[in-house]
Formats: sequence, structure tokens, C-alpha cells
Amino acid sequence: MAKLVYDEKGRLLFTKEMKEEYTILIPMMAPIHFGIIKTVFDNSGYNVVLLQNNGHSVVEEGLKYVHNDTCYPALLVIGQMMDALHSGKYDLHKTALLISQTGGGCRASNYIHLLRKALKKAGLDYIPVVSINLSGMEKNPGFKLTLPMIRKMIAGLVYGDLLMLLSNQTRPYEIHKGETDALVAHWVEKLAGQFKIGKGYGRAEQKKYLDSIAQAFAAIPVDRSKPKVRVGVVGEIYVKYASLGNNNLEAFLAEQDCEVMVPGLMGFMLFKVDNRLEDIKLYGGNAVKYAAVKTFMDYLTSMETTLIEAVKKVPGFVVPSPYSHVKKLVKGVIGYGCKMGEGWLLTGEMMELAEQGYGNIVCTQPFGCLPNHIVGKGMIRRITSIFPDANIVPIDYDPSATRVNQENRIKLMLSVAKERLAEKSGEPQPAGV
Amino acid sequence: MVDGMRIGLDIGSTTIKCVAMDEEGKLLYQSYERHFSQITQKTAQLLSQVRERFPQEQTAKLTISGSAGMGMADSCGIPFVQEVYATRVAAKKLIPDGDVIIELGGEDAKILFLSGSMEVRMNGSCAGGTGAFIDQMATLLGVSADEMNTLAQEHEKIYTIASRCGVFAKSDIQPLLNQGAKKSDVAASIFYAVVNQTIAGLAQGREITGKVIYLGGPLTFLPQLRVSFDKTLHTTGVCPENSLYYVAMGAAFCASEEIDLAAALERLQQYHTQGRYATMPPLFHNQQEYEEFCARHNRDVAVTADPETYEGPAYIGIDAGSTTLKAAVIDPQGRLLTSVYQSNNGNPVPLVRQFLLDFYHRYPKITLKGGTVTGYGEDIIRNAFGVDYGVVETVAHFTAAKKFLPQVDFIIDIGGQDIKCFKIRSGAIDNIFLNEACSSGCGSFLQTFANALGYSIADFAKLGLFADHPVDLGSRCTVFMNSSVKQAQKDGASIENISAGLSISVVKNALYKVIRCANAQQLGEHIVVQGGTFLNDAVLRAFEQELGVDVVRPDIAGLMGAYGAALYALEKGADSTTMLGLEDLEHFTHEVRAVACGGCSNNCQLTVNTFSGGRRFISGNRCERPVTKKAQDDSENIYQYKLELLRSYQPIKGSRGKLGLPMGLNMYELLPFWYAFFTRLGFEVVHSPASNRELYLSGQSSIPSDTVCFPAKLMHGHVEALIHEGVHTIFYPCMSYNLDEGLGDNHYNCPVVAYYPEVIAANMPDIGKVNFITDYVGIHRRKDFPKKIHEILCRYFGDIPLRDVKAAADEAYESYDAYFVRVRAREKEIVDRARKEGRPIIVLAGRPYHVDPEINHGIDKLIAGFNVAVISEDSVSCNVQKFPTGVLNQWTYHSRLYAAARYIATQPDMNLVQLVSFGCGVDAITTDEVREILEAEGKIYTQIKIDEITNLGAVKIRLRSLFAATGLE
Repeated sequence: MAKLVYDEKGRLLFTKEMKEEYTILIPMMAPIHFGIIKTVFDNSGYNVVLLQNNGHSVVEEGLKYVHNDTCYPALLVIGQMMDALHSGKYDLHKTALLISQTGGGCRASNYIHLLRKALKKAGLDYIPVVSINLSGMEKNPGFKLTLPMIRKMIAGLVYGDLLMLLSNQTRPYEIHKGETDALVAHWVEKLAGQFKIGKGYGRAEQKKYLDSIAQAFAAIPVDRSKPKVRVGVVGEIYVKYASLGNNNLEAFLAEQDCEVMVPGLMGFMLFKVDNRLEDIKLYGGNAVKYAAVKTFMDYLTSMETTLIEAVKKVPGFVVPSPYSHVKKLVKGVIGYGCKMGEGWLLTGEMMELAEQGYGNIVCTQPFGCLPNHIVGKGMIRRITSIFPDANIVPIDYDPSATRVNQENRIKLMLSVAKERLAEKSGEPQPAGV
Repeated sequence: MVDGMRIGLDIGSTTIKCVAMDEEGKLLYQSYERHFSQITQKTAQLLSQVRERFPQEQTAKLTISGSAGMGMADSCGIPFVQEVYATRVAAKKLIPDGDVIIELGGEDAKILFLSGSMEVRMNGSCAGGTGAFIDQMATLLGVSADEMNTLAQEHEKIYTIASRCGVFAKSDIQPLLNQGAKKSDVAASIFYAVVNQTIAGLAQGREITGKVIYLGGPLTFLPQLRVSFDKTLHTTGVCPENSLYYVAMGAAFCASEEIDLAAALERLQQYHTQGRYATMPPLFHNQQEYEEFCARHNRDVAVTADPETYEGPAYIGIDAGSTTLKAAVIDPQGRLLTSVYQSNNGNPVPLVRQFLLDFYHRYPKITLKGGTVTGYGEDIIRNAFGVDYGVVETVAHFTAAKKFLPQVDFIIDIGGQDIKCFKIRSGAIDNIFLNEACSSGCGSFLQTFANALGYSIADFAKLGLFADHPVDLGSRCTVFMNSSVKQAQKDGASIENISAGLSISVVKNALYKVIRCANAQQLGEHIVVQGGTFLNDAVLRAFEQELGVDVVRPDIAGLMGAYGAALYALEKGADSTTMLGLEDLEHFTHEVRAVACGGCSNNCQLTVNTFSGGRRFISGNRCERPVTKKAQDDSENIYQYKLELLRSYQPIKGSRGKLGLPMGLNMYELLPFWYAFFTRLGFEVVHSPASNRELYLSGQSSIPSDTVCFPAKLMHGHVEALIHEGVHTIFYPCMSYNLDEGLGDNHYNCPVVAYYPEVIAANMPDIGKVNFITDYVGIHRRKDFPKKIHEILCRYFGDIPLRDVKAAADEAYESYDAYFVRVRAREKEIVDRARKEGRPIIVLAGRPYHVDPEINHGIDKLIAGFNVAVISEDSVSCNVQKFPTGVLNQWTYHSRLYAAARYIATQPDMNLVQLVSFGCGVDAITTDEVREILEAEGKIYTQIKIDEITNLGAVKIRLRSLFAATGLE
């Protein structure tokens, strides 16, 4: 069995032996994306499990082990892990946990520490926690993000974004129910297979696959004759994507007969990298570092371009705006230095959605989310002064916020949306929602 | 026959409204009833009544609205319309010239802007209820809502009551009542609190003008509430005919689908909710389990003696709690002679008098030798009756608990208004947990809920004993519990299961929210539970179940404070008492007067109680000045020194004109920096005035997020004040980074401090009138700063030579350093003097902006008033080198907290009290870490949560408990 080794600060390390013997648990967030990215680890010699456990016990474990005033995503992510550890499914002496760390000025950078506190509280502090980040924090001998891994993950994000984007625009109109989801599942599996054998992420190959995916979705028979209410979802990254965090928001909106648009993860990646450039521009800094980051930024931008190009080639889909356009939109609305959490990008996404015809927006945030006071709720007034038709409802999520309250507020937003849709298409007043 | 009958049902959180109308919209039928959470039955019943009334109608256009009707409508195939939307539809039809609708319901508050760009707003999930809130407050006052309205008519003054959340308001009102404030004044103040909450929480910067319409139960039934709105809005709103039925009428107007009524009725009657709500295991599986449980607890009884036959000395303990009055009389062996436990109806004074009178009359052979009073009403009762001793509640409870379980190491007391828990280590109180204002109200919450459903609290709690599937209601504040209950009702949970769920919630709240424990071993082995709430077997059982241990519940669980106080008097062993005798009691008088103190700029609202014999008791004061007529000595209080220091940065006339700095958040510390910088560049640097209530209110309407911390909210008032003063240029930069003090892994500001200028710029209507500079500035890069700020300044002020900017930057950094040198020098003086005189030292740790008296509510002075030296975290943090912490140490201000904690752990005469602003997300992380650092060195951690308004009574308990634990009281 692997020996427990600590670094000079007393942090338990993930060793090379552990890489051989241990199972690494990863918390769930965006299912399509994470499903693809998981295979990158499989392919690189790690034994990983993407956690699927949800429901009440996750929240319970979170409440028990995490300070209750901490943001809800921390509670859920850690709760999901603790719940898994206590499930009896894993040999606890051969299990490690993996969690992402952004290093920004928001509380989220502390998740990993809160997770360690939770483990200690539960008497499980022999379980190593691996940080995954691009800032060089917390190195481990048994875990290294290699360049090929990073490239594959970015490719995974691009695929994930495309699948999410196209399926969201197809599913509500599909003639044969279930066809869209089946196609998503097909591609996730196919791409996973490619990744496993080290394929599918080269520039040319990826371009080819992106085009095929777009064509495949365009080929699904749809009926778009009756316009549906178009709803955009933005927010803190976890509650925005994770159904565990947002009480199955997307499913609820689908039930209400809406088409949902959720901006992709690539924008967030670009934003986080761009922040480093903006920091140097605003406050000064090293030109060499700037050039290095710029190179990475350009690489990500080129990936984004291939995605957009793929969508443009097929008819019938709303083409996502490039990051650079979103950035232009917020100029004069909020500063580029506003970078903690989702920063100005969240404001930008709301504006972009409004511009693209998804002006009915659910702005999701954990209760008391600090950056959201600024970039979410704080900017709604300004956004509606620029896009008077924007119909934005901020919704708080936390362990005890009830669905009935959340859904009631969303329904209010939808009532207004439906009325406007009816006015536009010249129908009489609707009968409510 | 009715042509095209329409039926609208509005199923709210507490009531169901039903209307039927003809095609023209003429009302044919209406009804308004409480549903006592029997939603489906009541709905079916109402619909059958309509059927009986109009037997010819086989079908009608039927629509349901209201939050509690959502799920049911879906399942029964009846169309549903969102209630705010329905209101708007009705208003458009019935009052086409209306501009704004204010609608208060059982638990919701809504504002609809009809004219201009249409907007609808509902209260956020934290804002609490309104109708339910008023009911709760009425219960607190011991009157009905209607009586409260009558009382409010006669008010003379208005107290400030927290308006953000019902629980907060409650903790403001309770002390007011206990201190003798007039009910009429309190009643009117409550209405104004509702008004403020509605306007602040919902209008969000949009002005309420034009024709205002009042709808919903509270505004219909309570004319004084309308008057309060009218006065605040400077308007005369209208409350139209059928103001209760707008949602229901809107639903009827929206109805377009012909529904077969008989079929709909049948579906309703058959609608059995599937029990989809989250459940927990039952409290007791069977009668036998319950009996065993009772037998075990029946062993823990207090020894009594018969007062009818007893002759000799005795000691009395009085616990003037938040909602109840308890008193106990014991003999020298500690045997209980007589006791009382009753609701205080908002004024404990006459109750104590009556108890004493009865006691003297009935037991003339018993002689009182001494008395002790404890609880919220300690000061007033002590003054009124000349009680010998006062003791902090925690000590009283500990004294009593020891009598039942000498080796007790953990005590939890759940009272009407609060939860108190403390650990005992080596015979002394070691660690205290009090509930924060947000999660309080546990016992009285159960009570209010029981009353709302038509039960007494005891009967209500009993219902849950054998519930098969208790509802899981979460462990948050009572407002959340309200909506959880609503959800459970919607999902068809029975009253039994809701009752059990509430009992379990109370326990979970205490364990996970207040104590923050993960397992029972952490608490202790010998646990005593007390407080009236534990007299309910359901709560006790839930507690034992949750922890998996057996605990001791004395049969006098509700009396423990009073019993402990009596024991305390006994321990003091006095020969005679100073308490009023029979004759004095018979001629006892009590007058209450409200006055505004003119002692200083705080203008505290004082309540002056005058008792017979000229004894006086003043409350509402934040310092001792109105009592002693002398100014407090502030020389050993670094908070006061900092204020004084900041006042010394006076504007100097300059060629470039005025530049305004809003005094809030990080500006509190950066004033020396920016003052020197801009003064050198030739600006006349002015800053906004000292914060006060009016300043806050002047900015509150533009606050977009009601859950952001109070210091940030206050910023709106400061910027408003500068604009109002005619300052044309306001400098309030965004700053992701603070200066690096070398104590942490990074040196960020928190997101709110960093970016609040963006919020001001985007939400304050008048901001366009001034030159508002919010550029991103990095003072952490000393070398780059001059060049970068030079670019910014040139954009606003034309060409300023870079040379000048560089020189100004040099002065700015020097000025900032000089400020800290002075603060630290004063800190040293204070510590040296305190040590020489042998007085304890408190590090009052928080953020730079906690120096603002409007934010700290005079807590620094309160502590200093205990004859304690007060220093701050930033004055000692420099004494420590960077060290590893259990959390990511990345915020400059917060690094100081860890460093301060680390430092005082090595100083025997220092203790740390942490000020935490409500809603501060970052402090959810820092508080645990600071606690860990302190406890690792055997120090006690004390936290004080502060918000817009703070209950200083609870703060006092904390401080006195800390002093008692450290042997200073």
C-alpha cells in the first residue's frame, strides 16, 4: 500500500504509487463536458470516477462538514465527495479526491482547503486531495497535467460546448422525442473512444469532428414553426451548469416549453486567461509573461473559432458570439479589471444573450455569492437600460431555498416573456403559464 | 345561467381567495378564507360552494394562481397563472390609470410598476414575509393585528427597527419591549419597518410616484400601514374595492379554457399528493419506545420543599427572558420552594411585582435573603426592584446545570428567542455559541407556527411524536423554514409530519448552524439540555436522535435560568436583601418616557423608566453619557483614536478644485493615501460626512442586492451625500488588489470591496451628474503605480506632469505608512498602560471600515465601558511573521485577522473578539480559521455578528460570558 508522504508545510501528497493504486473521485458539474474530460484521465493512467451521486444526502453531508454560510457550490461539491466516501463503495485507503482551484479573489479558491477541513472533521485526513489548476499551485509527484493532457482537455471543452449548444437548440423542436439526447450520448461515447486511443484532438481531426457533429444535429428532423420562449441561463459557474446546484433548472425550463441557451465553458476559460493579460495592462507587469500568456490566449481563441465556424456551416442554429465580441459589449458597462468569480463575463453573457434574442434570462447564483452582488444583480439595471427588452430574474440557490419560491419567480419572468412573444407573433393574450 | 362564467382561485401561503365572475367581469361571488395548510381540501370545498351557488353551470373558465397552488394545478390539469402576473392583468383592466401597485401578502411583498417600462418585483428569498411578519410581531406584543393598528394610531415616536428580515426586526423589538418602550410606539415602528423593507428591498432605485395602489390582506385590513406608506412615499395611495381579490380576479381574467367543473372537482378530491417531499426517520416508532424514553427522563427532577410548611431564609432568582418571565425561590439547601413561568407580554415589570406581592402575602414565614436577576431584562428588573445581584445568563444556566449533573461538560439552552450553548472545561465556561440574529427565534418560531395552524405549542409539538415521515425542512433561518413548510404543504405533507419536521429543524439549526458540530463526541459526554423548548418531547427526542446520545433534561428545563440565579444568590450568602419589601411593592409605580439623547451626534433614542422612590433606568443608550452625564473616557480605545486620526485629514484649498472621497469600505484605511496624493496634486480633498441612519436611508433605494453586507450598502449613502454637497468629482477606484503586507499567499481585496464602485456607478440615478472616477488602480505595484495612475488622471483632468504624479505618489505611500506608525504607537501606549494598571485587553478584530460607529454600533465603546483596553487587529498583526494556515490566505484584510489571532494566542492578558458583518461571505471562512488558531492555544473565540441594526443585548451577553470565562466578571 502506498505510503503517506507530506510536503514541508504538512500537506498530504499524491504520490506516484498512489497513481497506480488509488481511485480518484471527481465531482460532477457540466455532465457533457466532464464526461469527455474524464476520459483524458483514463487515457493518462489515472483511475478516475466521475461522481454521479446526488439528492438529499449530498446536501446533508455538505451541511454537516462545511461552514453553512459558505457558498452553496462548496457545500455541494464537498458534500458530494463526503457522501461518496461514506457510501462504502470505495476503499478509503485507496481513494483520492480531485478538485479544481482557480486562485482568484473569490471564495471559490478556498474550496480545496474547506475540503481538507471537512476530511479532518470526518477523521479522513489520510485521503489525499489533488488540486487541478493552471497556476502551478500545490504540486504533487503523482499528478501532473502534461501538455497533451491540457490540449485534450481543451479539445474536450470545445466538443462539450458544441454538443451543449446544438442540443439545446434542437431538443425543444425535435419531432422524434429523445433523438437529440441519443445523438449527444452517441458523440460523447465516440469522442471518449477516440480520446482513449490518443486521437480526436489534433487540430485537423477536431475540425473534422466538429463539422460532423454540426451536420448530425442539423440532420435531426425538427419543427420550428411555433416559436418558443427563449431563455438564457447565466450565473456562478457551478449552479449555472450543475443540475444538483440549480434544482434541475434546465429540465424545469424545458417543461415550461422553453428553449434554453447556456453559454459555454470556453468563454470562461478565455476569460480566466485574459484576466492575466488585463492585470498586466492595468497595473503593469512582465512583458515576457504577457507574451507567454498571449500565446496561450491565441491558441484558445483559435479553438473557439473552429467551434464557431462549425456552427456557421450548418443552417438553422444561432451562432455563438466570439469572446472578443462579448468583451466589446461590456465596454463602458463594467471594467475589464472586474475579474473575481465570473467577473465582467457574466454581465457580458447577459448582454450577448439579449442581443441574440435570448433576453429572458435566469441569473443563477448561490445565496450571498460575493461577485454576483456586483456582476449579476448589480448590473441588471444597466443592462436593461441598454436592452430594454431584457427580462432578467436573479435566482438564489442554497440548501434551504425552496423550489416553489424559485419556480414561482421564474414563472413570473416567463409570464412576461410569453406575453411579449405573443405580442410579437400577433396572437391574443395567452392564458397564463 | 351565467354567460361565460369565469372562476379564479388564489391559493396563497395562508389563505385561499376565490372569485366567480360573468363574461363582463362582474363579480358574482367571492370568498376569503384561511386554509390552515389543508390546501386541497379547502380548494375542493370552495369549488363545491361555487357549484352549489351556480348549479346550472357545468363548465367555467377556471384558473388557479398563488404560490401554494402551483403543483396542485399542474396535477389536476387546471390552468395556472403566476400571481404577480395575475395582479397586473386585473389592475390593467380595473385601474388602467394606476402607476404603481404595492401588494403585501401572507409571505410575499411585491411592487409592480405599470406605467413607463413595465416591471414586476417580488421579494427575494431572504426578505422575509410581511403579513406573517406582522402577525408574528402582533403575537410578540400580545395583541391582534387589528389591535396593533389601533395602537399605532396613538404613537408618539418611531423606533428604528431592522427592516431587512423578520427575525432581525424581532430581535430589535424584544429588547425595546423589555426595556419598557410603549406598545403604541413599537406598533407604529413595526409598520414603518414593513414600509422600509418593501421600498428598500423592491424598488431598487426606481422611484414610486404617480397613482399608487395598495393590495393584499395587510394593506386592506390595516389602515395605519397604508398611512405609513403614504407618509414615507409622500403620496396618498388608494386601496380599491376588492383589494383582496386582485390575484383571484386576475386569474379569472386570464382563464380561457372551459373546464368541466364536476370533473375538476373530482380530480381535486382525488388529488393525494404523493409524499414527494424529503423525509426523515420518525421520532418514535411505537408507544413502547416513547414510554421508555419518558421513564428515563422522568428521573431528572429538581428536589422541592413545601413552601406552605417551610419557615426560614430563602433566595430568589429571576430570569427575565426575551418572551417569558421565570422566577424561582429556593431554600438554603437549594430545594425549590415555588416558581413561576409565564409569557411576559412584552413587559416583565408588572409580572415580577405581582409575583413578589403574591409571595409575600402567601408565605409570610419565608424571609428572602437575597436575589439575583438574569436575562434580557436584567437591568430594568434590577433597577425596578432593587435586586441584589445581576448575573449573565450563561453563568446562571451553568450554575443550575451543575446541580443536576455535576460533571456537566456541555449545556444547550433553547429558549424562546435564542439558542445558547456552551462547553465547560475545568469547571469554567469555555466556549460559547449563541445563535446569530439570522437563525434565531427557534422556540417562538415553533410557537408562532403552532398558533398559525390553530394549536398551542405543546399540542402542536405532540402531534409530531408518532409522525411516520417527518418533513425535512433544512436548518436555516426561520424565513427559510416558512417557505420550506409552504413547499411541504404543497407536496401534501400532513400536519403531524410538519410538526415533527419543525422540531427536528430546531435541533438541526442548533447543532449545525449555531454549534457547527459534525459529531456528538465533539460536544461532550455529559450534556444537559434546558430551556422551555426542550420541554417538548419531540424536540428532546430529535436532539438525542440527531446526536445518538442520551442527555439530561431537568424537569424544570424552562426554569433553569431562574433556578441558577437563585443558586447564585445563595452562593453569595448575603444576610439581608436590598429588594423592595411588601409595602414598597404595594406603592410601586412605573413610568415610561421616550426621549432623544442630545449628548452626542449619535442621538440615541432613549427610553427612560422612572420607578417609585425616584429610581431610574435608562435604556437605548450606546454609551454611559446619559446615565453618568459624563463623556466616556476613550483614551484606551483604538477605534476612537482611529476616528480622531481620520478626522485630521482636513481639506486644503487647491487650484484643481474639489475632489470627493466616499468614506466607506477600503476608503477608511486609504484616506491617508489618497488624501496626500490628491492634495499634493492641487485638489481640495473632501470626504463624505460621518455615517448615520439618515445618510444610509438616503442611499438605500439604489441598492440592487439586498443580501450584500451593510458596509457596502452604506456606500450608497456616502456617494449620495457627496453629490448632495455639490462635489463634482468623486474618486472611488476599483481595486482587485490591496497592498501586500507579507502575511498571506496573495493580497486581494474581497470582491465586494474590490468592485463596489461598479455597483454605485450602475445603480445610482444621480451619478451621471458628476465626474465619477472608478478606474482600476493597483497601488500594490509601487513602481508601476505612478505611470498607471498618470494615464488615468490625464484622461479626466487633461495634462498633469508625470513628475508631479510621481512626487504625489511618494507622499501618498509615506502618508499611508505614517498613519500606521501612529496607530501602532497608540496601540503600544494603550497596551502598556493597561498592563501597568492590570486591566484586560481586547483585540476587537474586523476590517478597517468596522471603525465606523454606524457599522460597529458602538461595540468598541461598550467593551471599553467594561474597563477594558480596546485595540484592533491591524495594530497587532505586524507582530507576527507569515505562517501556514488551514485556508488559502489570500486577502490582505483577512491575513491580519489570522496574524492577530496568532499573536494574541501568546499574550495571556489579551482576548480576541471578532466583528463579522452579516452577509460577509469571506468571513464564513475566516471565522472558522480564527477560531481554530485561538483554540489551538486554549483561547476563547468570541464572534459578534453585526448588521444594519444590532441587538446590543446579545452582544453584552457574549462579552460578559467571555469576561466570566476568563475570570474577569
